[in-house]
Amino acid sequence: MSRVAAETVEQVRSLGDRYKYGFVTDIESEQAPKGLNEDIVRFISAIKDEPEWLLEWRLEAFRHWQTMTEPNWAKLGIPMIDYQDAYYYSAPKQKEGPKSLDEVDPELLATYDKLGIPLREQEMLAGVAVDAVFDSVSVATTFKAKLEEHGVIFCPISEAVQNHPELVRKYLGSVVPYTDNFFATLNSAVFTDGSFVFVPKGVRCPMELSTYFRINAANTGQFERTLIIAEDSSYVSYLEGCTAPMRDEHQLHAAVVELVALDDAEIKYSTVQNWYPGDENGVGGIFNFVTKRGACIGARSKISWTQVETGSAITWKYPSCMLHGADSVGEFYSIAITNNYQQADTGTKMVHMGPRSRSRVISKGISAGRASNAYRGLVKMLPGAASARNYTQCDSLLIGSKCGAHTFPYIESQNRSARVEHEATTSKIDDDQLFYCRQRGIGEEEAVALIVNGFCREVLQQLPMEFAVEAQKLVGISLEGSVG
Amino acid sequence: MLEIRDLHASVEGQAILNGVDLSVGPGEVHAVMGPNGSGKSTLSYVLSGREGYAVDRGEVLYDGRDLLELEPEERAAAGLFLAFQYPVEIPGVGTMTFLRTALNALRRGRGEDELDAMQFLRVVRQKARALGIGDDMLKRALNVGFSGGEKKRNEMLQLAILEPRLAILDETDSGLDIDALKVVAEGVNALRSPDRAMLIITHYQRLLDHIVPDRVHVLAKGRILRSGGSELALELEEKGYGEIMGEAA
Ligand SMILES: Nc1ncnc2c1ncn2[C@@H]1O[C@H](COP(=O)(O)OP(=O)(O)OP(=O)(O)O)[C@@H](O)[C@H]1O
Ligand SMILES: [Mg+2]
Repeated sequence: MSRVAAETVEQVRSLGDRYKYGFVTDIESEQAPKGLNEDIVRFISAIKDEPEWLLEWRLEAFRHWQTMTEPNWAKLGIPMIDYQDAYYYSAPKQKEGPKSLDEVDPELLATYDKLGIPLREQEMLAGVAVDAVFDSVSVATTFKAKLEEHGVIFCPISEAVQNHPELVRKYLGSVVPYTDNFFATLNSAVFTDGSFVFVPKGVRCPMELSTYFRINAANTGQFERTLIIAEDSSYVSYLEGCTAPMRDEHQLHAAVVELVALDDAEIKYSTVQNWYPGDENGVGGIFNFVTKRGACIGARSKISWTQVETGSAITWKYPSCMLHGADSVGEFYSIAITNNYQQADTGTKMVHMGPRSRSRVISKGISAGRASNAYRGLVKMLPGAASARNYTQCDSLLIGSKCGAHTFPYIESQNRSARVEHEATTSKIDDDQLFYCRQRGIGEEEAVALIVNGFCREVLQQLPMEFAVEAQKLVGISLEGSVG
Repeated sequence: MLEIRDLHASVEGQAILNGVDLSVGPGEVHAVMGPNGSGKSTLSYVLSGREGYAVDRGEVLYDGRDLLELEPEERAAAGLFLAFQYPVEIPGVGTMTFLRTALNALRRGRGEDELDAMQFLRVVRQKARALGIGDDMLKRALNVGFSGGEKKRNEMLQLAILEPRLAILDETDSGLDIDALKVVAEGVNALRSPDRAMLIITHYQRLLDHIVPDRVHVLAKGRILRSGGSELALELEEKGYGEIMGEAA
């Protein structure tokens, strides 16, 4: 950890530009016509050659969506989104899907290289398999064969629909029904790709799985759908990363992630979200409206969410755990950093149903510039949650005097033996700490990165080693320009 | 090496330093003594560039350069080090990480190569051992939950690792047990060299038994009221500040 932190600070320093992922790949793409209607939904389903039941599901979702209005309860100022003025499908043009990594368009490989995600297996981080999603489609998945040896399925969800329809049909929408909320419903109608993971009974997935999402095309929404199923006594650790080019228009990212953990299974889901945040005047940036939910169906099952949210103009997400199983465990570790004009309203929902279910929430919110950062968390103890426990700790750090931090804890308990604990703190970055660092020769920005990384340590420690460095670097980069 | 001329400084509009004159040459060790609240720490903060300490008059030259126009980190890069009277806790930041970040920042500033993790570990281990600092302390977050004495030792460790040219020690001896005091004094003596100067702020003669200063100054009422050789400290121990303060009044 300490080695990593020191390296990070060095890397932060060496990274000159603020958002180095802002380039555009010049690649020919195939797009559905602009706008959103039933024909577009049918188009997406047809191009993916989907079975009838899935098209029907999409259409039901679309019809339901038309009856809904955008949520407005979050502490966010969301400009009007014109849903007809966007493309809902965009894919790099290729004759057929690549059969192997050798057939992937070199331009795409180069893009991922530039993003620091080499897709050639021999160059990859040892022990990490990657599914690369570019705009609306998955362009490459590495280490598939190796995973298959262990019975682990890791593939684009569009492929899973073809090859494992029974699994997809059983679990898709089982955790987040298509009626769930405005953005999840929209996603259900128009989702294009995403990852599918299935870990069979008793298998400990031999490597980290990771999906790398990249929005490239202009005016294109990204609607990916991820489904992870961990059967009895299995374990999987999964990480998603995301970036997008710098563009002056806002772009919508409305993903849905569903996790299912059966008896004694454990899923660890980590996110390093670095969508383009917009410029320092608040122009452009991604709207990140995401529904993530895990169901701890089985007894003693465990789902752990770790998120590092540094990007996006607006972030709206509440990774949640539905704790059905007896003795099941839900965890949420979050770092949300907002700078300049970024807004974040994020948190979690822990819904306890099983007896002795436990949950733990550690949230670190950091605001700088004119940004606003809200933690919103619900802890619900249902009648079945005898002796259930929750611990929530929510710390906010402010840098400068024009930003804001807010905490909205909601607690509902219907079981008298359940215990809920909530602690919250708000502090400013400490002048004494800053001066101490600077006296030792550490420049102001590096000092802020160091102190903030320290503030976030409890959460950073939860990330898989391979990604901790990246995340710490991001913490520093996203705060550049926040002091002085 | 360090030339302080007619330095006036204030905090929040309140004048604290009222014309300090002090000159420290390379290789010299000077002790600064004085009653509580007389402005000793203020002087150390002004020299190291802390925000909120306004210089109203006077100048400070360091190797002939105007020290006061430099940012704190630039002063550090130029070789100035302050051992804090009250070392600061930084939660979540490992002591090792902090030390390495600081050392590499300084090395960069001096145009030297940064040390990798292994090289650094070797340097720290060796210097830590000399100060009786164990690995467990190095692994903990910087100063968090350290005892008063441990914090002071940690300041000494930083001094030893960063090898400044001008070290200001603000009451590094306060709160130390007798053995630790010796360790600190040995540390300071080991660092004495012809091109390194030290300004040691202390209340106690006993430190000066171990570190014999070239000069002793009494800072009171925001000015240097008396300077002398090492025997001045003995005299103060005996008579207190009353007489000197009286003279000034
Ligand atoms: N932020 C501040 N606001 C107002 N007064 C201050 C501030 N900081 C220091 N002072 C005052 O300046 C004076 C000098 O303080 P300083 O800390 O320099 O004394 P010192 O000589 O180091 O004392 P000690 O021996 O107790 O450490 C004191 O009267 C103190 O109260
Ligand atoms: Mg003092």
